[in-house]
Amino acid sequence: MAAGPMKMRATLAGGNTDVRVLMTHPMTTAQSGQALHFIQNVVVKQNGRTVIEAEISQAVSRNPVFTFRLKGGAKGDTIEVSWLDNKGESNKIETAVA
Amino acid sequence: MSRVLLFLLGLLAASAFAQDTKKEIQKYQQMIAEGSPVELFELEGEALWKKPQGPRNASLEKCDLGQGPGVLKGAYARLPRYFKDADRVMDLETRLLHCMTTLQGRSRDEATKRVFGNENQPSEMEYLSAYIAAQSRGMKLAAGSSHPKEKEAYELGRALFFHRAGGWDMSCASCHGEENKRIRMQDLPVLSKKEYARPIVATWPAYRVSNSQFKTMQWRINDCYRQMRYPEPNFASDATIALNVYLTVTAAGEPYRGPGTKR
Repeated sequence: MAAGPMKMRATLAGGNTDVRVLMTHPMTTAQSGQALHFIQNVVVKQNGRTVIEAEISQAVSRNPVFTFRLKGGAKGDTIEVSWLDNKGESNKIETAVA
Repeated sequence: MSRVLLFLLGLLAASAFAQDTKKEIQKYQQMIAEGSPVELFELEGEALWKKPQGPRNASLEKCDLGQGPGVLKGAYARLPRYFKDADRVMDLETRLLHCMTTLQGRSRDEATKRVFGNENQPSEMEYLSAYIAAQSRGMKLAAGSSHPKEKEAYELGRALFFHRAGGWDMSCASCHGEENKRIRMQDLPVLSKKEYARPIVATWPAYRVSNSQFKTMQWRINDCYRQMRYPEPNFASDATIALNVYLTVTAAGEPYRGPGTKR
């Protein structure tokens, strides 16, 4: 299955950058009886520089939403969020800070 | 005297508890709205709206939802309404079905094969409803109520709302006809009164966090009939549309805030 859409908003708030990102993913757990399928790694880049590297687990819900607060930042900064799941599928989205 | 006082204190404590519970439920509803994946359904719906399909290999982009072919802005807030070309009152899903058969050349059977999806595979109707309803955010609900067929549908919907039948002899009003009732933590709105109908109708269709599914208004009515142990109503039937007309006209004037996120 091709990775579904992602959606992201990045806004300046009080000198920090607030990022909110939605990911389409089944996040299938072992309990469902189906093959395990979940996002393992999430990477956030600010102007090409990695600022967050996260490892997440099956405990995260289907179609997850994440919010991050990055120190500093300016209007027009590029924010990129990507994920990689346990089957090697991945997706990413890029947006400019508003 | 002291017994009366104790009783009064007890009453106060009970009402304070009810207030706290309400506040906590509101807090929970706010939290699930913040983490809602509704926008993902809107994106998928947009792709489906523009995707050529069916024997005519046509997209739905020329579908007239009441404001002219392809006009989406504010279209949902003015549904259900009477459509001259079909000589019928239609809600969003009924109109979409109409466009699938006329514009895309699909058969009704094929287009309604899977109108209600599940968490693993949402349906086309669900994605499209999310996308189209979202284009009416902030606009006042104004379902059609002036054409004779719209008036007829409203009257039929109202009659159905109060009509008791089925294995349990229930009507919609059995659950939605009395104030301050709830099932577990779920308040039961009195949908025949505008102050209750407004916030509910203004947030459907909606994403359900408890089962990770996007639910349409046709599903909502279908499932209420299931819960009342009626025979299953046909998708896009006059009865389901009439109920939708009755509820939406009752909620008229409320700014649309959906697609919503429910428990």
